[in-house]
Amino acid sequence: MSMCKYPDYKFIGQSAPRVDAPSKVTGSAVYAGDIKLPGMLHGKLLRSPVPHARIKSIDVSQAVALPGVKAVITGKDTPCIKYGNWRLVPQSQDELPLAVDKVRFIGDEVAAVVAVDEETAEEAVHLIRVDYEELPAVYDVDAALAQGAPLIHDEVDLSGNISLDRKIDVGDVETALAGADYVREDFFTVHAVSHAYLEPCACVAEADAEGRITLWTSTQTPYIVQCLLASTLGIPENHVRVIKPTVGGGFGGKMELRPWEFCAAFLARKTGRPVRFQLTRAEELATGRRRHPMKIRSKIGFKKDGTIVAKDFEVYLDGGAYNSMGPTATFLCGNFGAMLYRFPNYRYRGYHVYTNKPPAGAMRGFGAPQALFAGESQMNMAAGELGLDPIDLRIQNAMVSGDEIPGVATISSCGFIESLQKVAEMTDWRDKRKNPAPNKGLGVGCYSFISGGVFNWFNTIYNFTAAEVRAYDDGTLHLLTMASDIGQGSDTVLRQILAEELGVSVERIRITSADTAMTPKADLGTWGSRVTLMAGNAVVQAAQRIKEQLVGTVSARFNLNVIHEIAFGGDRVFSKARPDRGMTFGEAVAMAVKARRGEEIVGRGYYTPRDRGLVSPAFSFGAQVAEVEVDPKTGLIKVEKMTTAHDCGTVINPMSVEGQLEGSVHMGLGYALCEQFVMRDGQTLNTTFLDYKIPAAEDMPPGESFCVDTYEPDGPFGAKEAGEGLVSPTAPAIADAVWHATGYRCLDLPITPEKVLAGIAARDGGD
Amino acid sequence: MSKVNIALRVNGDVYELAVDPWRTLVEVLRDDLNLTGTKVGCQTGDCGACTVMLDGRTVTSCLTLAVEADGREVTTIEGIAPSGEELHPIQKAFVERGAVQCGYCTPGMIMSSKHLLEINPTPTEQEIRRGLSGNLCRCTGYNKIVEAVGEASRTMRSTDKEG
Repeated sequence: MSMCKYPDYKFIGQSAPRVDAPSKVTGSAVYAGDIKLPGMLHGKLLRSPVPHARIKSIDVSQAVALPGVKAVITGKDTPCIKYGNWRLVPQSQDELPLAVDKVRFIGDEVAAVVAVDEETAEEAVHLIRVDYEELPAVYDVDAALAQGAPLIHDEVDLSGNISLDRKIDVGDVETALAGADYVREDFFTVHAVSHAYLEPCACVAEADAEGRITLWTSTQTPYIVQCLLASTLGIPENHVRVIKPTVGGGFGGKMELRPWEFCAAFLARKTGRPVRFQLTRAEELATGRRRHPMKIRSKIGFKKDGTIVAKDFEVYLDGGAYNSMGPTATFLCGNFGAMLYRFPNYRYRGYHVYTNKPPAGAMRGFGAPQALFAGESQMNMAAGELGLDPIDLRIQNAMVSGDEIPGVATISSCGFIESLQKVAEMTDWRDKRKNPAPNKGLGVGCYSFISGGVFNWFNTIYNFTAAEVRAYDDGTLHLLTMASDIGQGSDTVLRQILAEELGVSVERIRITSADTAMTPKADLGTWGSRVTLMAGNAVVQAAQRIKEQLVGTVSARFNLNVIHEIAFGGDRVFSKARPDRGMTFGEAVAMAVKARRGEEIVGRGYYTPRDRGLVSPAFSFGAQVAEVEVDPKTGLIKVEKMTTAHDCGTVINPMSVEGQLEGSVHMGLGYALCEQFVMRDGQTLNTTFLDYKIPAAEDMPPGESFCVDTYEPDGPFGAKEAGEGLVSPTAPAIADAVWHATGYRCLDLPITPEKVLAGIAARDGGD
Repeated sequence: MSKVNIALRVNGDVYELAVDPWRTLVEVLRDDLNLTGTKVGCQTGDCGACTVMLDGRTVTSCLTLAVEADGREVTTIEGIAPSGEELHPIQKAFVERGAVQCGYCTPGMIMSSKHLLEINPTPTEQEIRRGLSGNLCRCTGYNKIVEAVGEASRTMRSTDKEG
């Protein structure tokens, strides 16, 4: 893999192995489900077996009577305080930890049991009797929006089952489309998929004698869990300490307060004993969050020469039974619909619709995989009709640095055109696209993604992220941050950033992260590819504040002229002009501490994006080409190669960026070809990895990638997003390659062999 | 149902236990012996996170009853590094090659890799992929894991020659 080189940096640009990798390869890393505390009890949840019903009564007497059972709770035993991530819009907070009057999907949590062991808790759950009055249910957007459809949240004043909408209007779409030389309108449907993180969710809660909670939980957002757990329990935030242990992946699926976290904490207080909940894979697949299925209508107009004049983008998100992170997905779909190209006129209408299914939530890409499957497929189709090469059509309309979506986003660093040119060169695109081998094809898809969000939907009063650095006279540092490493490697990357800024080697940096009682407030969590840029900026600022406290001491010690600049490097602090005049970092700390008569050296840094529009402080870009061979007899698609050129700003850790890219291809491949939920009347039927198929090692195509060299002015050392947007181009690229190989264009994911065979038959029938 | 007395030899240590006959090997390893390095990803034998070696062959310990392991030799992820300060070549290659992200599949991946290299010290890339086909990973896309196993294979052979 070709990688950018940074001769000026010592730690930035290095493929440093993960800080936590040694503990993970020896099995000593502690995940939430590994934690065992003295006296610990085990919890299990009773879930609704029906998709939509009123709860008439619940009888827990038999469960309570089972030997070994320590407590049984239903919704009515709890404070019944609703929660949801969008605190900014309280009426969007539509969930209760345990259902009270109504259940809204198969799997909705109804009661919880704690017992001396998991088996007893499981047995007790089966002894709870719930009398349901079943209600009519709806399982897709059309049924939910039909006249007379049952209202899923009849407790709030909504017009039907649309929980919220978002509108964007830029320019005059109607007039522009009326004047366009070429207009096309297409309809797309995209399906739900699972995060399928390998670690099923687990948590352990402990209550102290005064009722304060410590919760170890598999989460990407300890701060959000802390705040919402406190509010649902009705106790001060400071009485909840959330510790993120090692987390086995999240991909957006672990970024909310969850019922088992509430139940563990509530029951730990009630029983006076630590309580553990461990979900099963079947629970995860049957009831867990998933990526939003969507119905998308996209209308786009061009001039004869291929210049885009307008786009009209309408999206219906199938949100399932609760809002979850649906508001953000509804918001972001509108942004991703307007990204990549210059749309002088743009209209977006997004509708988040309740259905009686497990709620959809945030998942890697957060609206981008869906919006870009539609947008990129449409660009490919339009190129064909306009007689233009799809890469040329993209270059002609590509966003460049300085482009603006008025009031929404401003593009700073942008290597999109370079990505397109590079991927074409790497794949011999022009020749292969013109002269494909039989049954072979290649196709293109592109992406742009955010580096964290600007919009304060969690309505925090604190900075979006924070870091504290403590410097010691032994030459070591302690970095404390609430930023959460869930496997993506932020602990490693933040250490590299701190090492670079202070010139202290990475081995000398200890990191404490994601413990809400120990780390500075706040951090909104790991989602939206925000951590490297935002927490990285906070770390740089904290390091600079350490420097401010040391330069005076060094300057005084060596009697430096006032204009002499002080440098930090090689675990030393010295005069730039006279490098011999300096001391070790530890000596500088010792002298500064003595000068302050014992006060320790601590620096804090914060970051909140300001004056950066509504969406994100920075955007990444990239282009991907898929090469496939299709078996015309079976419809089976073999992806032969994936080639990617992308712009993620400065590459802080090339090995990690490659790992993110390869993981994205894996997830994108599953989304495009083989992952889907099989549903019947609201019931998820495929609840094992045998039936829910994620790609295995043999399914992965070879890949090649290239990082376009850009520098993001708003990011630490020029870095921006690198791990999430990349999941988006794979499905449209593969769909385009299948079309190139067969003439069949898939507009409804996933691209199954059955659809390919039907498409080939239709092609041949049409000849 | 009454408990069954079994003797497990795990990573060289002998444990005499009374277990319920329906308890799985992974439950006994994790809950009774506190060997939590072996992970549970699915409980149905599909993901391979719970892979351990039983008499030198890999098994999914979520589908193996503890009583089946009675009197047999079990090796878990905790048992393959030569010491607390030194890693097995496969572990070392996983760290250095970026084969570890969230780490939840890692113990099972390493156990499957160890078995593969024992029966085939010089696997091709395709053979490595086949050898790991029972272990799912959601983070890495497998490529770095495959590279790490190749790297470990080379290291282990050169060490053998020197030895």
